[in-house]
Amino acid sequence: MSTSNNSEKVAPSGPLIVEGKLSDNERLKKESGFLRGTMADDLQDRTTGGMTGDNFQLIRFHGMYQQDDRDIRAERAKQKLEPLHSLMLRARLPGGIITPTQWLGVDKWATEHTMYGSVRLTTRQTFQYHGILKPNIKTVHKALNSIGIDTIGTASDMNRNVLCTANPYQSQVHHDAYEWAKKISEHFLPHTNGYAEVWLDEEKIDSTVKQEEPILGSTYLPRKFKTTVAIPPLNDVDIHGNDLNFVAIEEDGKLIGFNVLVGGGLAMTHGDKATYPRKADDFGFIPVANTIAFAEAVVTTQRDWGNRVERKNAKTKYTIDRVGVDVFKAEVERRAGSKFEQTRPYEFTQRGDRIGWSEGFDGKHYLALFIENGRILDFPNKPLKTGMAEIAKIHQGDFRITANQNLIVAGVATEQKSEIEAIAVKHGLMDATVSEQRKNSMACVAFPTCPLAMAESERYLPSLVTDVEAILAKHGLADESIILRVTGCPNGCGRAMLAELGLVGKGPGKYNMHLGGNIAGTRIPKMYKENLNEQDILNEIDRLSARWAAERTPGEAFGDFTIRAGIIKEVKISVRDFYDV
Amino acid sequence: MPQEQLSTQQITNTTPSSLGAEQLALLQQATSGYSSLQLAWASGYLAAKSETGQDVQLSPAPALAEAKTLTILYASQTGNAKGVASQVAQSASAAGITTKLINVCDYKAKALKNESHVVIIASTNGEGEPPDDALEFHEFLLGKKAPKLPNLRYSVLALGDSSYEFFCQTGKDFDERLQALGAQQVLPRIDCDVDYDSDSESWTLSIVENLKEELTQTEAALAPVIDLPVANASQYSKQNPLTAEFLLSQKITGRDSAKDVRHIEIDLGDSGLTYQAGDALGVYFDNDQALVAELLTALNFTGDEQVTLKINGEQQTLTVKDALTTELEITQTAPAFIEFWANQSGDEALLAIAADKNSAREFSAKHQIIDVINLASATVEPQTLADSLRKITPRLYSIASAQAEVEEEVHLTVGLVNYENDGKQRFGGASHFLANRIEEGQPIRVFVEHNDNFRLPSDTNTPVIMIGPGTGVAPFRAFMQQREAQGAQGDNWMFFGDQTFTQDFLYQVEWKNYLKSGLLTRLDLAFSRDQAEKIYVQDRLKENSPAVFQWLERGAHVYICGDMSRMAKDVEATLLDIIATEGKLSEQQAEQYLKDLRNAKRYQKDVY
Repeated sequence: MSTSNNSEKVAPSGPLIVEGKLSDNERLKKESGFLRGTMADDLQDRTTGGMTGDNFQLIRFHGMYQQDDRDIRAERAKQKLEPLHSLMLRARLPGGIITPTQWLGVDKWATEHTMYGSVRLTTRQTFQYHGILKPNIKTVHKALNSIGIDTIGTASDMNRNVLCTANPYQSQVHHDAYEWAKKISEHFLPHTNGYAEVWLDEEKIDSTVKQEEPILGSTYLPRKFKTTVAIPPLNDVDIHGNDLNFVAIEEDGKLIGFNVLVGGGLAMTHGDKATYPRKADDFGFIPVANTIAFAEAVVTTQRDWGNRVERKNAKTKYTIDRVGVDVFKAEVERRAGSKFEQTRPYEFTQRGDRIGWSEGFDGKHYLALFIENGRILDFPNKPLKTGMAEIAKIHQGDFRITANQNLIVAGVATEQKSEIEAIAVKHGLMDATVSEQRKNSMACVAFPTCPLAMAESERYLPSLVTDVEAILAKHGLADESIILRVTGCPNGCGRAMLAELGLVGKGPGKYNMHLGGNIAGTRIPKMYKENLNEQDILNEIDRLSARWAAERTPGEAFGDFTIRAGIIKEVKISVRDFYDV
Repeated sequence: MPQEQLSTQQITNTTPSSLGAEQLALLQQATSGYSSLQLAWASGYLAAKSETGQDVQLSPAPALAEAKTLTILYASQTGNAKGVASQVAQSASAAGITTKLINVCDYKAKALKNESHVVIIASTNGEGEPPDDALEFHEFLLGKKAPKLPNLRYSVLALGDSSYEFFCQTGKDFDERLQALGAQQVLPRIDCDVDYDSDSESWTLSIVENLKEELTQTEAALAPVIDLPVANASQYSKQNPLTAEFLLSQKITGRDSAKDVRHIEIDLGDSGLTYQAGDALGVYFDNDQALVAELLTALNFTGDEQVTLKINGEQQTLTVKDALTTELEITQTAPAFIEFWANQSGDEALLAIAADKNSAREFSAKHQIIDVINLASATVEPQTLADSLRKITPRLYSIASAQAEVEEEVHLTVGLVNYENDGKQRFGGASHFLANRIEEGQPIRVFVEHNDNFRLPSDTNTPVIMIGPGTGVAPFRAFMQQREAQGAQGDNWMFFGDQTFTQDFLYQVEWKNYLKSGLLTRLDLAFSRDQAEKIYVQDRLKENSPAVFQWLERGAHVYICGDMSRMAKDVEATLLDIIATEGKLSEQQAEQYLKDLRNAKRYQKDVY
């Protein structure tokens, strides 16, 4: 399956720069004094576990979210207690690579400083701590800093953690691609010293010295900005959910350049048709030496043209639909100082991680571990966290967190293979009973910690998958699987808008069902039914599976079938088709 | 507060209509040289005159009139001693004795040498020290300057709690010292325990009977009771509680707290029962049926056996089950019961414990009656058992609301007493009743125990410092409601502490709102278990030494509420330290500074 420029186009609809009253987030960024705000004062305030005013948002630029245990919010209100506030902290970990030494620190501090005690692998190839109480937050930042990990820009209007395909087979190409992911991440780091001053107690910079952000600008980006480096044929990073993608093109086992795809994104707002998930457009090929120049050109074009008036339409995907692909692309070429070449052919065939052992071209072994919901914790009879720490104590290579919330023990020497496998088996990290369906299912975190969640997601998925397994078996589809993704709100962390069957939380126990995505992740699913409860969902999957079993062509995937059978209309161009009835 | 407005109105309305400006000036002139005692006496004289409508016949020499007066002094912390003293005054006055009822803090101890008959009702704080109000009187009387008192006839009623080592110590101090100074006992001192009602009643009868001959005036009209003005005279009392409606028991500690603290709401309805911020609420409760059943089984009683008890001054017969449910104390153990049960059972371990007062006290504090009985078996008659137990007493809780805010409601902050003995769950009698056993809408018997020793400053511009960790927060919630209703401009500084921030920050949302509105000037918090080293309220005080002292110098009132045995002591030591350091004073001077604050009613404690 090759991707190319959309053959069909819709006319651009607006000006290069949207004029009007800037959104409040723009004021907040401007007044923050290069992301400092009064966060330091809030840390001294013992009367609340939360942050006040703008700081509630500002901490996101430093990789934290204020959350609370939503399960007990009402209970605590009755107890005359404020919500049980805590901070979620998200590491910046380009390409998801973390060393065993780092892992041991991360493991220890999860136990010591968080309410939940878990390390959570995320869909952006990093880990999060959930449930850090405010008085402990600086301790955690300092601890991570001591092992070379920061959290800068992993949330809010920044270039988020840069993804890189965790493909273990192409060892040389992976190595080079990862280096680019890291370089891009570092290139777009903010220049402000605010992070170090507030969280690491570094000395404050003399305020008379002029500060500036040469790339991001003093008001940073209009909205979140997501970047990937993808190595075909594996699309584990889900390029179409990202603003800027570098698809690796190799020649003779060497990385020679990238096809650049711009303007993907999955977030939308319920009931607002000006918002929609959208695939990225392929701008063309660039040689590897021009990577940073083009990356910077895309980022600064979006910085200057992105909509700072209407925040819901601030992302790159809307900028491109507003000004037109050609105009946007020409501006990027102008800023980069060179043209895109003709797109090089490539093909994506899968998105899931190949769980289990595989061998790399470097002769080393790679063990991909399936981690349900990315939660590394000692569960009853499944002490995953202890197991990971045991492996980290002896492992000589590194670890790679995947965009599917799994984890790869990378670069294992042949002589250590059996020892590591024994630990993995003993602690439930390797489990032969996990079905293909479970491996191809994903959920965002949602309740109880995510402040945005409208419906359950992570806590709903395990039982939903069990039910779906039974339905598939009932229809003789036990060896098949559907890319099934649940997300607790329409913001897209669970990437349901690139699933064959996506469920988007609408309210407690209520979901919109989308159908029609494909295996490679190059098609946006369209809404099939609205406001389904859990039983409705199972009834629908039962009915659809029955038809799929009966009517499918040989080997036909579920998503392809739903479109061919006319169950759902294909979304070719989101702005035109996504809401079209 | 409505009742304050009421009393003000009474004064302003009645005074001008009764006396013209000239008359008033004459009266002021006539009384200008009077001591507070003489003023008190004069007011009694005038009161008697107003009742009879004629000139009262007085013995010519005022000294003789004084010699014929019974002076009733009380040293009260929570109001119990004051209550008993009022009863003595009423009985004596009914018997035709002229009485003066005075709080010892308003009494010049030197004047004792002019008295002929004095009755002292004195309570004792936990570790044997006198109530705050009595500190100075106590110090003087026991000191070198105390005069010889060969002409004084006196009697002491001491109130205390026998589970403490220095039971009734203050009363004992007074009694022994008065003897040493040459005074003669009318009746031997009586030491009353927590369930003092019947003891104090019979003592009152005896003392009045004994003094009648010596003190009765021929003119019965000359027997006014001179009392301090009582703002809220109410028909409801400990003896005659109000049956109110229970509204709510809401846990206000988080689900992971080691403690179960309840916010309690009670509806006083249209009873007219009023209270002021700083007062306490007395709560009657029934014992837990499950615990009563456990006791009956352990004692091999059916529960239907009849026992006779003195209830409200009368002998009444009821089943032992009913007695254990409503009349007898079974969740708190007096050391005397340890001794009783040790003797009944002949158990050596218990006998050893009972033999040592300290260990008996410690043991009784941690074991309920059932635990003691379970330790050693003995066969006793139901009546014998009933006689060995103290009468159940209502529990007092500092009120956590102000009527200006909650009107006919009264709120409490109650920590559930809850512990395990030999794997069995034991609960505090009243706290378990309030937290878990009584249900919304059910009746509950309550009364207000006024506490004039814990009052907001009358000047609303005066700053206040409130130190109330744990359930000691209760009266300060009332204070804040009161200050808000008053539109008080004075600064308010709260020190609160408990185990953890997330689980034990009592009334957190309300405190945050008061901070936000500006009513609360400062809020300093100490959570002992949130970090490796333990941090307490006194540590926060210490951290803020200069500011605390500055507030004191600005005239701030300081209030402490909560645990007496450790917190209040540590806080007081810290305050002394702050005063000495910041004021550059010697230890002794600092003590005097604090003493002056106490005498000026600027340093008040509600500790338990």
